[in-house]
Amino acid sequence: MPDFPSARLHVVSGKGGTGKTTVAAALALALASGGKKVLLAEVEGRQGIAQLFDTAPLPYEERKVAVGPNGGDVYALAVDPEQALLDYLHMFYKLSPNGIPARTLRKIGAIDFATTIAPGLKDVLLTGKVKEATVRTVDGRPVYDYVVLDAPPTGRVPRFLNISHEIGNLAKVGPLKNQSDRVMELFRSTQTVVHLVTLLEEMPVQETLDAVDELTALGLPVGGVIVNAVRTPALQPADLLAAERGELDLAALKVGLEGAGLDVALAPVLAEEAADHAARVALEERGRDALAGLNRPSYELPLLPDAVDLGGLYELATLLHEQGLA
Amino acid sequence: MTTRLDIDKVLETAQIIVCCGSGGVGKTTTAAALALRGAEKGRRTVVLTIDPARRLAQAMGLTELDNTPRPVKGVAGELDAMMLDMKRTFDEIVETHAEPVKAQQILENPFYQALSSSFAGTQEYMAMEKLAQLKASGDYDLIVVDTPPTRSALDFLDAPDRLTTFLDGRLVKVLLAPAKAGGKAYLKVVTAGFNVFTNAITKIIGASVLQDLSQFVAALETMFGGFRERAQATYDLLKDPDTAFVVVAAPERDALREAAYFVERLDEEKMPLAGLVVNRVHRSAAAGLTAQRSLAAAEELDPTSLTAGVLRLHADRLALSQREARLQERFSSAHPRVPVVEVAAQPGDVHDLDGLRAVGADLAGS
Repeated sequence: MPDFPSARLHVVSGKGGTGKTTVAAALALALASGGKKVLLAEVEGRQGIAQLFDTAPLPYEERKVAVGPNGGDVYALAVDPEQALLDYLHMFYKLSPNGIPARTLRKIGAIDFATTIAPGLKDVLLTGKVKEATVRTVDGRPVYDYVVLDAPPTGRVPRFLNISHEIGNLAKVGPLKNQSDRVMELFRSTQTVVHLVTLLEEMPVQETLDAVDELTALGLPVGGVIVNAVRTPALQPADLLAAERGELDLAALKVGLEGAGLDVALAPVLAEEAADHAARVALEERGRDALAGLNRPSYELPLLPDAVDLGGLYELATLLHEQGLA
Repeated sequence: MTTRLDIDKVLETAQIIVCCGSGGVGKTTTAAALALRGAEKGRRTVVLTIDPARRLAQAMGLTELDNTPRPVKGVAGELDAMMLDMKRTFDEIVETHAEPVKAQQILENPFYQALSSSFAGTQEYMAMEKLAQLKASGDYDLIVVDTPPTRSALDFLDAPDRLTTFLDGRLVKVLLAPAKAGGKAYLKVVTAGFNVFTNAITKIIGASVLQDLSQFVAALETMFGGFRERAQATYDLLKDPDTAFVVVAAPERDALREAAYFVERLDEEKMPLAGLVVNRVHRSAAAGLTAQRSLAAAEELDPTSLTAGVLRLHADRLALSQREARLQERFSSAHPRVPVVEVAAQPGDVHDLDGLRAVGADLAGS
């Protein structure tokens, strides 16, 4: 039984540089396992998914990019605000993208206005499209078993997810109000979880703590904390402690190096490298303690020796599955 | 062969330094370290940051969002720092450029309240607006600006064009119609050609929302004329040879790809790029002992022994450092004329002036 059994929309955020796109992709693969159909969506126009799966830039269409570990399909979509707006007009107002009203909107700059000049409106369109994909059905069955959203970074994500609430406040009645209310209903329901990716470094940990507070205050459901790029301590605990204090046993190290036929003069430099490592491990430990205070389910992924490729993604997906996230 | 970015020369000659790059690469720290070093070289310096880490902010004496530069204590020179309050800056512009009654209307409009902090790349734009103000004050020899951690950090480069297109567009005229005609007369004043549009937009957002939106646009319009000129002036200021753009990255695939985007974009706009700072580079003073040799030796030893552990660490570090070097080479072969400087990885985050000084010294290669 996964940790979030009722969740269908998994939102993945994290501070820049923490690997949120990689984690989102691994989570999509994990969820697809065993024959499920999963949509992995990105909204920032960075084409991060295409880079990760090593495919050509994604067009605005739901396209299969990978198969799950035991069957199942991962589709990907790069949500584009302009296309999302045209979709929206088409779906709700039966305005064809090439019809006169849509063309008029474009001609007078309304589409530009909504998609580039006012980023708040852009977020309405992006979140609206994600909601549409999540609730879309064919013959009464959901098209996707799960949707994974590679969301904006932690600093921006509370506002991004809450934009429909703000718009709902502006429009007291009418279609915009109804649409906004439905988006917020989904985002605040048990069908949605917001996961936060972090590194065990000071700033990402702090941003994670802040994001949990902000999301909770907005009534948005916080899911798990995914700790990425965790290093395995290479030294025994006692050696680690000594290295951190700068008290590593240089004499013993010299003896060891000599025994291995290596230059003993390297001992101080290698000890320095060990001290760096120990400082880093201690920092990670402090980060872990701070995150434990959140009392949220947490998952750890190792630092992969090379840049993440498809093989690496499956490896991470398996780890997420084993730890119960999917 | 890539040339080395001469940071001290930049710090001695530039009047404005703009740091850009993706999130999580240490951009704010770089901006602060550059400013501190500039100040301690005797230049009257101010650093404008967007969202510093709490402890770094505290180190510089910044305790809250504040639109006034405050002196940083403990600096051997003159260094001011400020942390931009977006909403406040926007409000100030409204208050400065609109009639008092109109200004009040704008500030109270629900659209303004909801959208002003995210309107038209407000963050980027406000940072540039503030930059122009600081420059005009004449109080500083050197202004260091940190930008938001997104691609849109360069949106300000488009701002003059985008605003012009928007303002001259018919959308503004349509949206202004109800405000000008007053409420219900709306549908009568627009020409027949717009009927399709107005029907569509009323259907989509509802008449009362349209009324608020219209009032908001009308209010903004009174300020936009000034916006356009100032955006152009700021653009020219940035293009000035006395400005130096510094792109910041970490030696990772994604961060360097974003750095390449920034470099190309700045080049397209003919903006004065000083070079690339690569933060968090791992080095080893014992590179003579190769990773293979180190691992092979470790295998012969008791795996729990100190020596085996230290040798494994060394091998990991060299592997990482080689991977970083390859990524950097790839960047430099695509952008051979961009000067580069590296800053060594620190085990922890920098959060005091001594830490910033050390980063500054590393940047300058001293």
